[in-house]
Amino acid sequence: MAPMQMLPELGQVALALALLVALLQAALPLAGAQRGKASWMAVARPAAFAQALLVLCAFVVLTVAFVMQDFSVRYVAENSNSLLPVIYRYTAVWGSHEGSLLLWALILAAWTAVVAEFSRKLPDEVVARVLGIMGLVSVGFLSFLIFTSNPFVRLLPAAIEGRDLNPLLQDPGMIIHPPMLYLGYVGFVVPFAFAVAALIDGRMDARWLRWTRPWTNIAWGFLTLGIALGSWWAYYELGWGGWWFWDPVENASFMPWLVGAALLHSQAVTEKRGSFRGWTVLLAIAAFSLSLLGTFLVRSGVLTSVHAFAADPARGLFILIFLSIVIGGSLLLYALRAPRFEQGAPFAASSRETLLLANNLLLVSACGMVLLGTLYPLLADALDLGKISVGPPYFGFLFVLLMTPLVLLLPFGPLTRWQREQPSKPLAMLAPWAILALVLGVVAFFVAPQGPWKTAAGVAGSAWILLGTGRFAWTRLRGSGRFTPEMIGMTLAHTGIAVFLAGALLVEAQNVQSELAMKPGQTVELAGYAFRFEGVEETQGPNYISDLGRVQLLRDGKPLALLHPEKRAYASGGQVMTEAGIHAGLFGDVYVALGEPLGAADDPDRAAGDWAVRLHIKPFVRWIWLGAALMALGAFVTAVDRRFRAKPAATDTTRRHA
Amino acid sequence: MNAPAGRRGPGLAVIIGALCFLGFLALLFYGVNQSGRGDREALPSPLIGKPAPEFALPLLHEPGRLVTSQELLDAPYLLNVWGSWCPECRVEHPVMTRFALTKRVRVLGYNLKDEPEDALRWLEQFGNPYMLVLTDRDGRAAIDWGIYGAPETFLVDAKGIVRWKHVGALDDTIIDGELLPLLEQLEAGK
Repeated sequence: MAPMQMLPELGQVALALALLVALLQAALPLAGAQRGKASWMAVARPAAFAQALLVLCAFVVLTVAFVMQDFSVRYVAENSNSLLPVIYRYTAVWGSHEGSLLLWALILAAWTAVVAEFSRKLPDEVVARVLGIMGLVSVGFLSFLIFTSNPFVRLLPAAIEGRDLNPLLQDPGMIIHPPMLYLGYVGFVVPFAFAVAALIDGRMDARWLRWTRPWTNIAWGFLTLGIALGSWWAYYELGWGGWWFWDPVENASFMPWLVGAALLHSQAVTEKRGSFRGWTVLLAIAAFSLSLLGTFLVRSGVLTSVHAFAADPARGLFILIFLSIVIGGSLLLYALRAPRFEQGAPFAASSRETLLLANNLLLVSACGMVLLGTLYPLLADALDLGKISVGPPYFGFLFVLLMTPLVLLLPFGPLTRWQREQPSKPLAMLAPWAILALVLGVVAFFVAPQGPWKTAAGVAGSAWILLGTGRFAWTRLRGSGRFTPEMIGMTLAHTGIAVFLAGALLVEAQNVQSELAMKPGQTVELAGYAFRFEGVEETQGPNYISDLGRVQLLRDGKPLALLHPEKRAYASGGQVMTEAGIHAGLFGDVYVALGEPLGAADDPDRAAGDWAVRLHIKPFVRWIWLGAALMALGAFVTAVDRRFRAKPAATDTTRRHA
Repeated sequence: MNAPAGRRGPGLAVIIGALCFLGFLALLFYGVNQSGRGDREALPSPLIGKPAPEFALPLLHEPGRLVTSQELLDAPYLLNVWGSWCPECRVEHPVMTRFALTKRVRVLGYNLKDEPEDALRWLEQFGNPYMLVLTDRDGRAAIDWGIYGAPETFLVDAKGIVRWKHVGALDDTIIDGELLPLLEQLEAGK
């Protein structure tokens, strides 16, 4: 056999070696830190680098198998096809269960290597424990890969043709969505490892906590981008014009996001004021546990969802055991050790600490609400209460209920001092802006062509956050003039919330849609736009046949854009995918999706006749993703604050920051 | 999750937390076990071997016209329960479409608890493989059939006897392994 053909076996060997190295990386440093053996602890860093290199090898091998179309590898044969365009051969690597798990392991290993590289200033015991715990997580994922989900299994005899990548995933948005999401999920392993290390140690040093903060920020930023990309993809690919569906898998990624947002704020309190120590540790455990739970829910087939991967009880059981060890173990450690943490500085009822506590409780309640709604159908099934599905009305109502106080309190946070504040001061600073926001809301109520309440709420809420955040920035600039990256990041992220809020509520309120049958050449008017349907042509894509529609969009008689809504029938499997034709604009999208041809089913010229067409006008829909991008940007900007990387001073544990 | 912890020592809170966690694991364990069963939603239907319930249901595309169980006699038919509100039906739909195209047996849609506009839009989007689509907006007739969700699929023979029921999405394994052999049996026995 030529050496190239041996590659998959090499990948398997690399994975097995990575598992051994991860075992070493977990066992020796953890034991060494406990016994104070420097030579054992010193294993952590080189082991982390070696593990990353080995997993990277395995990943490259799988990628090569896809690019070279090696259909003797079962995973490749099941998720690729000779017609698949080259770019999708690279991304098909994580198109299904085994490969996406390998991507998880790769990102985890890479993240570990980065922590190993940048942690040289930290005490040896801390580094050894943190890398050891990350090694334990790697052991779990690598053995899951090797024992239940091996991507390198051969197919004998080799398949002549592959089955093709799921057409839903043959899309640019899907190329980067999973890696972003995983960067977020996996990123929460760093605060988790630090939290567990602090629990083992029995105390939490503000210096180490300061060091972990950028990691949390970066993880949360990537998770935000990943979720936003998923939402954007659903918007243009599923053809319904919706951007969030409260689907179990969306919920699975949203739960760690909510807890991660709480963690960002709680870490700031603990780092600056020393309060909330136990709570911060608990949130760090929860954020990572929910990331694991998310992985579990998607992989195990426990819940039915559009994203479901093939269900295999052996896999489900494996992750369940892993999940219970990680979560159960860390919570047990928490119950035993957290009471030992010293308390931080006391604070008054009116203080920034109280406001951040409220922020945390609201975000965590929202997460609990999502968790309950996601698992409730399973619970009802287990207790024989009948089949119940929990839909958008439950989530929408409770989420708005919990987020309203958060929006109302948000501008007060940055303007309220730590420890003690006279409530009248921030109130006086914000009162004029609150009135202005209210006035804008009232104006919006009367100006809105439809959905006045939602419009008013969106405008007022968004203006309130925007103005309140602006008030904070102005105070800082006028006052000391010191505006750290941490503050810039916060301002950006809070602005992102304002932008998101405006987008979400305005598109809900002002969305105009119409489903109708259109003849070629016919023109329809909707909300000031004219749509001229120019018919549908059959065209040939690389691995699909497409009904490509042409719709000329006009405004005031002038042509604005030519839209191409599409229906693609993929060659293998015959799955039909919708591609909406979208004229995107900052203040609204015009969205056209193609339905079915309406001629008789046996008419050969059916495609040339009438078509069902769905038209949407979606004002401000881009603001949803723009807001998410701003939140992510804010998280990244905060992470570069030099303060987090400053050489830790010796007596730094109770340093105060205004 | 509890409110900021740390003030109280371990005790009641820890025990309650541990019990909640164990309950949570038990629930997930139940889910894992269920996920292995292809027929995870299945309950034995008391209707099998018995005449299908009498019904007169309006057509989705022609709401004025009622179709009765009597009209459907003389040849077997497959009744596929779906709704636009049901994500699993979307998964099943390509399988059902492919099967219907083989014209092996008449395939009827049973649109359950749905708004007609939503149902029509759904079919428009994903394609309509059904010979006819019956509608049951309030789900009253579904009670007679023992339908408690979607997708569910019934096979009714030429004499109007329910022969087979599948709860959950159909896939090719079930069609090849259960439905087709049963159809052959029915035809052989004729």
